[in-house]
Amino acid sequence: MSDELVSSWTESRLGVEGRVLDVVRAPAAVLATLGEVVDPSARSTVQLAADLVATMRVSPGCVGLAAPQVGVSARVFCVDVSAHPKTRGHHGTFVLCNAEVVEASRNERAREGCMSVPDLTGDVKRATRLVVRGQLPGTAEEVVLTAEAFEARALQHEIDHCSGLLFLDRAAGAHAIHPRKTYL
Amino acid sequence: MTLHAITVLGHDRPGIIAETTEVLAALGLNLEDSTMTLLRGHFAMTLVCAGDAAAGEVEAALAPLTAAGTLTVTVREVPPEPTPAATGTSWVLTVHGGDRPGIVSAVVGEVAHVGGNITDLTTRLAGDLYLLVAEIDLPADTDVEAVAAAIRAAADALGVGATLRPAEADEL
Repeated sequence: MSDELVSSWTESRLGVEGRVLDVVRAPAAVLATLGEVVDPSARSTVQLAADLVATMRVSPGCVGLAAPQVGVSARVFCVDVSAHPKTRGHHGTFVLCNAEVVEASRNERAREGCMSVPDLTGDVKRATRLVVRGQLPGTAEEVVLTAEAFEARALQHEIDHCSGLLFLDRAAGAHAIHPRKTYL
Repeated sequence: MTLHAITVLGHDRPGIIAETTEVLAALGLNLEDSTMTLLRGHFAMTLVCAGDAAAGEVEAALAPLTAAGTLTVTVREVPPEPTPAATGTSWVLTVHGGDRPGIVSAVVGEVAHVGGNITDLTTRLAGDLYLLVAEIDLPADTDVEAVAAAIRAAADALGVGATLRPAEADEL
């Protein structure tokens, strides 16, 4: 049921207009800071959720954005991998508050980039099957969703942001970091 | 059979590796381990190769590479190194934050302090972001949590972050 709830969610449920915010880049301290637990029904959380989606929408190639990336140390992120070629199953656009990984399995290594680390990419091993628990902004409904493949990777990347971690902190080894060759 | 350590450094252009290895092959040298990368755009390659040619002979044969004045080549005879016994544990260390002098020395000093050995290291400066990723062997009796705490403390003092995690090798 939770999966359907997340799949049917759109940012119009938030009822507020999202603003496009500036994306901060490492070494900004906020990116290395453990995000605060939020009240999902608070007006500020709902606005933040709308802002994250709006900022993701205008950023080419962006499949997810976490609050620390717009300078807010909070455990909120948005994801939308629906248009990405590596995507298999997905839940469309959604925002989760206070999300945590419940189950993770079937690790695979792949190369990741990040708007907050624009000049580097890195090979990171992540679970390709993932169960995540979190709350929807506004209604504060608790959801448990099962993600696979690229959506699972995006979720882990964003949850890491909310914990003050970058993909650099998960690099598979000394030869797993690469200068970026193409910019979207 | 002699081992040679060869370095080629300088301005990058297509063909440097092709020309270098062509010379080495013509001398009957066998490429063993090698690594090449671009460091702030500079070509940087180190090779260890085995063969019967003398170091001077190898250097002379590689001299045309340096003719344009943009590449430097060194050739040194090196002794064979025994493969160290893998008795410890393997870790990956990431350090990143605002660039400032002393990050590498402060952090890896904590690794050296406990007899840890860095087996691979990459550092990158990307804009203001300084990044270090190191692969580390720690002796079997190391208190890893204490080392991790010491590394974090050294990183904190410099205003950067550090994470130490096990190096995962998937046996297939």
